[in-house]
Amino acid sequence: MAKADEIRELMRTEGAAVAENTRAFNDGRYESVADLEDYEALKSEARAIKEDAIERLPELIDELEVAVEENGGTVYIADDAADANAYVREVVADRDADRVVKSKSMTSEEIEVNEALESDGVDVVETDLGEWVLQVADEAPSHIVAPAIHKSREAIADLFNERFDPDEPLETAEELTYFAREKLGEQIVDAEVGLTGANFLTADTGTMALVTSEGNARKTVAATDTQITVAGVEKVVPSVEELAPFVELIGRSGTGQDITSYVSLLTPPVETPVVDFDDDETPLSAFDADRDFHLVLIDNGRLAMREDDQLRETLYCIRCSACSNSCANFQHVGGHAFGGETYSGGIATGWEAGIEGLDTAAEFNDLCTGCTRCVNACPVEIDIPWINTVVRDRINREGERPAEWLVDGLTPDAEDEGAPLQKRFFGNFETVAKLGSATAPLSNWLAGTGPSRWLMSRALGIDRRRALPEFERETLVDWFADRDSTVETPERRAVLYPDLYTNHVQVERGKAAVEALEALGVEVVVPEVPSSGRAPLSQGMVATATDHAERVTEALAPYVADGYDVVVVEPSDLAMFTREYDRLVAEDTFETLAENSYEVLEYVYGLLENGADADALASSDGAGVAYHSHCQQRTLGLEAHTVAVLEDRGFDVVTSDVECCGMAGSFGYKRDYYELSMDVGGRLRDQFEADGVRDRPVVASGTSCLEQIDALLERQPRHPVELLVE
Amino acid sequence: MSGATFSSFERSLGELDVPATRIKREEFTNQVEEAVEPPAVGVPLGETFDEPALSLDGTPVTVDPTPVALREATTGVTGARLGIGDYGTLALSLTDRASELVSLFVEHHVAVVRERDLVDEMRTGIETLGEEFAETRGSAILATGPSATADMGALVKGAHGPRTVEVLVLTEDD
Repeated sequence: MAKADEIRELMRTEGAAVAENTRAFNDGRYESVADLEDYEALKSEARAIKEDAIERLPELIDELEVAVEENGGTVYIADDAADANAYVREVVADRDADRVVKSKSMTSEEIEVNEALESDGVDVVETDLGEWVLQVADEAPSHIVAPAIHKSREAIADLFNERFDPDEPLETAEELTYFAREKLGEQIVDAEVGLTGANFLTADTGTMALVTSEGNARKTVAATDTQITVAGVEKVVPSVEELAPFVELIGRSGTGQDITSYVSLLTPPVETPVVDFDDDETPLSAFDADRDFHLVLIDNGRLAMREDDQLRETLYCIRCSACSNSCANFQHVGGHAFGGETYSGGIATGWEAGIEGLDTAAEFNDLCTGCTRCVNACPVEIDIPWINTVVRDRINREGERPAEWLVDGLTPDAEDEGAPLQKRFFGNFETVAKLGSATAPLSNWLAGTGPSRWLMSRALGIDRRRALPEFERETLVDWFADRDSTVETPERRAVLYPDLYTNHVQVERGKAAVEALEALGVEVVVPEVPSSGRAPLSQGMVATATDHAERVTEALAPYVADGYDVVVVEPSDLAMFTREYDRLVAEDTFETLAENSYEVLEYVYGLLENGADADALASSDGAGVAYHSHCQQRTLGLEAHTVAVLEDRGFDVVTSDVECCGMAGSFGYKRDYYELSMDVGGRLRDQFEADGVRDRPVVASGTSCLEQIDALLERQPRHPVELLVE
Repeated sequence: MSGATFSSFERSLGELDVPATRIKREEFTNQVEEAVEPPAVGVPLGETFDEPALSLDGTPVTVDPTPVALREATTGVTGARLGIGDYGTLALSLTDRASELVSLFVEHHVAVVRERDLVDEMRTGIETLGEEFAETRGSAILATGPSATADMGALVKGAHGPRTVEVLVLTEDD
């Protein structure tokens, strides 16, 4: 099936259930982390523990092995899935087990241990209710924490009623739960082997932490005499004490619960007696705790990821699902589209690239638009968009030099980086824009004609339903060159960065920015500066983006050295200067630019705070506006400044709370993703067409957002700075 | 341990719909009787806490039941090693007296915790367990409220484990 068809089908069949559930988790996360006294410090602590543990991994694995063996258990280190399964099969056969009961484990999904055991005639029963639903339905998980998130209550009821034909048809969530509990309860007490995953393993004592809510993991361990735990090698942390930040963060980050019902801290084999559940004579304590424990630690590509400077961060992942739930695209398609063999959501690109290979990651990696909404949500501060960018770069280059990238890491290399034509077109948008302005209005007229749209669709995969940007004949830089500064004794001096869109397409917002800054006593210059590299970076063309970054920093450095501030209209470009360039240019070069760069309304806010005369700006008498900030702007914590300035000038501001408008640069132009992009945007449209918002003029900070809102609403949106110069 | 800790513990438990009652030792038998719904089973509490006064003799609770009696029981009574104020969490130790089975294979779990075993914060609770595990290589469940699931399309309390939990906190002033 073509990608667009596959996505359309998933949006139709699973989109509603996935959206409802992921948004509930995401809203819960915001609420739950807000209660923490020092959320940011807790994340940094968790991050530091993981960094240290992965750094010292071989040593910690040795320590863990010693501890488990002292406790009376066995450790097996498996190179890959086949190796792990062979060991598990052997243990199950030695125990002569007919049934293995399982608690939820992504690692066991990764190695497909169920199939391996079933081929030996063993009855494998998933006891997590979501996993059990999928086992009955013979479907794959669509979410790493809530595997059946794509199924509605009605769909589960239909499934159970059809499969089990209960006396009374099941209907409510409560009825379904209690039915499953009874059914599984019987099977658990009858099983010989309990198979679990582990969220964390502590090297000091051989203790494992299992984060659950249903109590099935507890029963899986307590009711069987042989416990097998499969876990990736990256799950080891030094000590029990270091579990603390994770226990506080994992539930909040994932499903938005302060803590899940049960965090089992088990040091197996456990002391609970192994009882015969049909015995009506022997008291519980008279049974022995004659238990076996096997810890199967799985490499399966992880130790190579540890050596990979770009993929290493993936190993810090605690599988909380925050990056799935906070992702606008994921909210609309779920893990069946936005996922690989096992893992789903933003971080899945790292896991699948490391475990399965680039081909698997390539199937869904483009669904990460780099909006960065997952960045602040990740409890271990993984730069998930960067991992997606790096893997995209490697996928682009794969044709050139097969498979070397995984081990070599990223070696910037000029040229076209092997990217396919569509990615090269969007990645080199600066060239298109320059040509577009130089030949406007002819270029706009030509681009809009039927044959051109046909060609663009065929050759570049640009959706014909999407309006194209219209280039202005006079760029912002040209306009500025023909005028004189209006400021005689400047309070400050600033470079207004002529980003690609402000310079060539949305020139009016650039003019408004210049006028607003001058009104506040800032001497403004608008020099020719290269485009930021955002466009190539989002296509995974890291070498080209690096080249841009080097030229931009070189062009701006003399101004900064001369005391100029750098003011940026386009938030995605500000994010390049203050976030992404850290990866692309020398540290001091990055820091100098980052420290002196401001989003335009952030800058206005700062000027007003420092005594600039606000009355020099336009004001309103309580006129209503609807404001949509920009995803990357919000990640940088800069939405509030715009709202504060507008309110200060007397506007009545309503803000959207969607994670992303859906456009995300080039994403919404692509034929494969146009419909998804519009579906994501639908939520923003709903918010801006709600009662009390419907008649408000719309302002938005990002270029993409402005284009998307233009497509979604009748009202033509503007940049907020334009409200300040009327 | 301070009354402030009990207050925060009680408040956190309240958010989970878990009742917490602060009781004196002489009230123990009566309070247990009030908290349980028969048939009830329990672990030998006097031994758990090494305090004969906390015996379940004289209550309707069958101590150290058979597996069949456990499965037929509605209520399970166990001790808790710690109570954690900021989350309303109980640390339930896994013991050879089958505390894990009695707290898990029932509909209603009654946990008894001593006020001196209340700590304010999760971090302190985990540190305490960490120190103990280093010596004993023991295990504990951090249990917060009843078992629950949202896998069937809505939040349901009572998945594989208990549907309700109740906590008795023993004061020290007797």
